[in-house]
Amino acid sequence: MMLSRKLSFYLQLLFTLLVCAFLIVPVVLSALAGVTANFFVGLESGLTLSWLAQVIDLYTDTIYLSLLIAFACLVITLIIGVPAAYALARMGGRSARIIEETIVLPVAVPGLAIALALILSYGGFREFRSSWLFILVGHVLYTLPFMIRSVLAVLSSIDFKTLEEGAASLGAGFWYRLKTVVLPNVRPGILAGSLMVVTLSIGEFNLTWMLHTPITKTLPVGLADSYASMRLEVASAYTLIFFIMIVPLLIAMQMLSASNKAKTTKHSVTKNIGS
Amino acid sequence: MNSNTSVQVINCGKTFEDGTQALQPINLEIKGGETLVLLGPSGCGKTTLLRIIAGLETLDAGGQVLFNGEDVSHLPVEKRNIGMVFQSYALFPNMTVRDNIGYGLKVRRQSLADRQTRIQEMLAMMHIENLAERQISQLSGGQRQRVALARAIAVRPKVLLLDEPLTALDALLRERLRVEIDTLLRSLGITAIYVTHDQSEAMALADRIVVMSNGRIAQQGTPREIYQQPSNSFVADFIGTANKINGRMTDQGFEVEGVVLPKSILNVVGGNSTSANPIQTQAIFRPEDTEIVSQDQAHFNGQVASTFFMGDRTRLLVDGISESPIIVETTFKQEISIGTEISIRIKDQGLMLLPDELIEDLPKEIVEKTEQ
Repeated sequence: MMLSRKLSFYLQLLFTLLVCAFLIVPVVLSALAGVTANFFVGLESGLTLSWLAQVIDLYTDTIYLSLLIAFACLVITLIIGVPAAYALARMGGRSARIIEETIVLPVAVPGLAIALALILSYGGFREFRSSWLFILVGHVLYTLPFMIRSVLAVLSSIDFKTLEEGAASLGAGFWYRLKTVVLPNVRPGILAGSLMVVTLSIGEFNLTWMLHTPITKTLPVGLADSYASMRLEVASAYTLIFFIMIVPLLIAMQMLSASNKAKTTKHSVTKNIGS
Repeated sequence: MNSNTSVQVINCGKTFEDGTQALQPINLEIKGGETLVLLGPSGCGKTTLLRIIAGLETLDAGGQVLFNGEDVSHLPVEKRNIGMVFQSYALFPNMTVRDNIGYGLKVRRQSLADRQTRIQEMLAMMHIENLAERQISQLSGGQRQRVALARAIAVRPKVLLLDEPLTALDALLRERLRVEIDTLLRSLGITAIYVTHDQSEAMALADRIVVMSNGRIAQQGTPREIYQQPSNSFVADFIGTANKINGRMTDQGFEVEGVVLPKSILNVVGGNSTSANPIQTQAIFRPEDTEIVSQDQAHFNGQVASTFFMGDRTRLLVDGISESPIIVETTFKQEISIGTEISIRIKDQGLMLLPDELIEDLPKEIVEKTEQ
């Protein structure tokens, strides 16, 4: 019994490591390619930062635009998404579910189709079509469901209706309840949703590729551009920059959920000591 | 002092959007300082009524809720100055115990010093001084309910509303907290409305019990009245255990299938009529109002179908007297084996007549007709 358990443990470990390797090796190779003088010669050709410099030189505007769109997208999804989630949670029942599904639709429909729909509807407004706001609309459509879902999940897990009733019974009006009870308790959902929105917006390609113009390019579109028209090393250096931007966001997301867990564990420990 | 607010419920009904009528129009008066318990099975409308009084539920047109004679029907919950204790505690997880208790005071814009004094008072009253800085997630169920009580009382509410506050707790804790709540309500002299489905909780806490069933009041009275003179079989069944027998009233006494039970065993304390009544009526008696006697003194003879030893007494189910087994309790020490023939006598004043048949037993159309 003991032996077989050990064996199965090592087999699982091996399998996990293999899967990890399978996923990580291309990343490492790609990152290395971005700092190798000549990828076809190999590492012997020496390491260099010149490719990175070249990318930064060529694509600074793209990087800024990506950040601008991601930030604007976050602001809008916060303004629309959080109240929407609250309203949906309050409403409850069938109609709320139908609305939620409708909002989630853009996630299920291919980005290209949404982009096409946007171009058909609003493409005629020349100024709008050629500005970065056009891409922003696509991004908001695409990321809003993630914000709403994330906030809604927390709302439905805390029985906020009773919490609000409790606050109301103590004399608190709507805005005071919102400020002191509802928002502080859905903060984990808002944070998780925000990180998700920013990460998705920065990484979005399908939609953006259709919506972009030569002067409104985001990081992933620029990446495709550099793959198509530049040396492999430049494209790899580009990927490296992309990683540097996106990985901290992913880590922050992980840490957020980890710290939430740690909080609950800490509490149960003190409770045990207390009793 | 605002602790003696009376509450009047006038013609309060509640129909939900889907058309279900949770509450028939009800009239009820709660005297200042009184502890009223709304008792009934789930779905009887007791929580709806409480929520209407709280202002958490709108009421049907024509209804009114008065606090001290003042109409509060159109005030939202936050303007009614009530204290409410929920079954699920509804404590704010983002605040410490201290901040939870102080929440209502902060809403009322009291100064920090006043708030601290009051919080300290409440912590002491509920014996939770040592928990003041704890997070809610660090508390046990009983501790949470104490905090919830402290929070509700801290604002000196006009009326304290408690919605099954002990239901989520285990039996031992429930018992202990029940005693504490009782002492608390007596010492504060606050008007309190307490909802429960637990009859022993209701009996222990109430000045007056309102038994509810199917959205209407089945009976109201002191715990003693409700137990000793149930006005219908629903109340008799719901409060305690009741044996039901069908018979009719004659000049000699209560006649059950040829046996005439003497008038001396009839409970005539209440308004229940004992005059000759030729029609079938129902009578009930409690298991503890029976005794096992020799055959010549017996009212009934039957066979023991099953026995339950309960420590201080033994509960017997006896067949052969009415359609369903009669429940009898005895303090007889020896074991009584199944199948034994026993003779039973109902103690004096142990038999209660049920004059009005319960509304639930009638078809719905008739109920609605009698309403009009």
